[in-house]
Amino acid sequence: MDRIPIYKIGDILLVSIQIDLRDQDAVDLQDDLATRIATTGAHGVVIDISALELVDSFIGRMLSTTAAVSRVLDARTVVVGMRPAVAITLVELGLSLPGVETALDVERGLALISSHADRHDARQ
Amino acid sequence: MADENLDVGELLELLRARAEAVLDEWERAVATAQRTPLPDAALRTELSSLYEALLDGVAGADGGPEHARSDQYAEARALLGEMSHARARQGFTPTETAAAVFELKRAIRSVVGNDHAPTAVALSDIIDGLALYTFETYAAAREQVIVNQTEQLLELSTPVVKLWDGILAVPLVGTLDSARTQVVMETLLQTLVDTGSGHAIIDITGVAAVDTQVAQHLLKTVVAARLMGAECIISGIRPQIAQTVVALGIEFGDIPTRSALADALRHVLHQRGYDVVRRADAANLVPSGLGAAVTGVS
Repeated sequence: MDRIPIYKIGDILLVSIQIDLRDQDAVDLQDDLATRIATTGAHGVVIDISALELVDSFIGRMLSTTAAVSRVLDARTVVVGMRPAVAITLVELGLSLPGVETALDVERGLALISSHADRHDARQ
Repeated sequence: MADENLDVGELLELLRARAEAVLDEWERAVATAQRTPLPDAALRTELSSLYEALLDGVAGADGGPEHARSDQYAEARALLGEMSHARARQGFTPTETAAAVFELKRAIRSVVGNDHAPTAVALSDIIDGLALYTFETYAAAREQVIVNQTEQLLELSTPVVKLWDGILAVPLVGTLDSARTQVVMETLLQTLVDTGSGHAIIDITGVAAVDTQVAQHLLKTVVAARLMGAECIISGIRPQIAQTVVALGIEFGDIPTRSALADALRHVLHQRGYDVVRRADAANLVPSGLGAAVTGVS
């Protein structure tokens, strides 16, 4: 059974989805991410979907749920690299992925989380 | 049936023999009917090849000449199609185009006379059929011209311009329907990816009216850009439009809106950490009125 690899970079988890997800893969990824956030104490998750040509309502909901779960575990989720066609499809389906932060690419996603972490540290 | 076929044969012979006279008459009638004259030689060539094709068609027809859509008239139809396409593009009216075919009847009658009534009626039917075909092709060609223009308009009217590093602007002009929105959305999102821009300003100064439908389209575009990780600002909201928006109860939610494109640019620059300040020696360079507007930003 293929599992989507999760890379740990500093205290950020990076997931790059390179294959079209079946529903079961999505559920597995969601479980794995929750476990890894809890065990590593990561404060950010970057999910790269630049290779996905199709995001259906199920994957869309998975992204929303993952964002909500990671927020409970004190981590921010940034979805990066969504293709224009995918964004248009999601909007036409009426899915705006509430609660999910987005960035154009992995670099900007990482920067977004770091900038937030800096402010977070400064406050404490 | 056999008699009629014989008559057709005779008539054909007569028509071929007097081809020059018929063509002269026809050409004169067509030229009078047309407002914009074609070069004489071009019209004559067009009509004589059409005349040939028509007579060949009648000669080849075995079931009587009333089947304008049968194979025998394929060549005549092709010529007519070409002719009506050309006329539709050159801006001829429908009457002028159809007259080119109908005038043949009068030309034949005036040259041949009324002696061959039954066969002439049959021939007249076939000319009517071909004239109808001409008109159909003419209409189709006109429709095609309109479709092409609509497409060109769509492409022309949706430029995405770069205002600053990472800041795009989309000046919308005209009406915003779903087809336009689709094109705007696709162009904007693709340019966001290509340029790696994080901000886009949608300027609706040129949009005539904003109703719930248009607002819905704008919101969709903003949400799609957000999904890709870019922020949008809507600018160019005129006072009347602001009032309409409020009266209709349209909510732009947390999407920033500004009245002028300059204000939107200033807002985005500020968000990206830029400040526009006036240089100390600027007083010597620019008349004070111009400089003052820039210094206002902090």
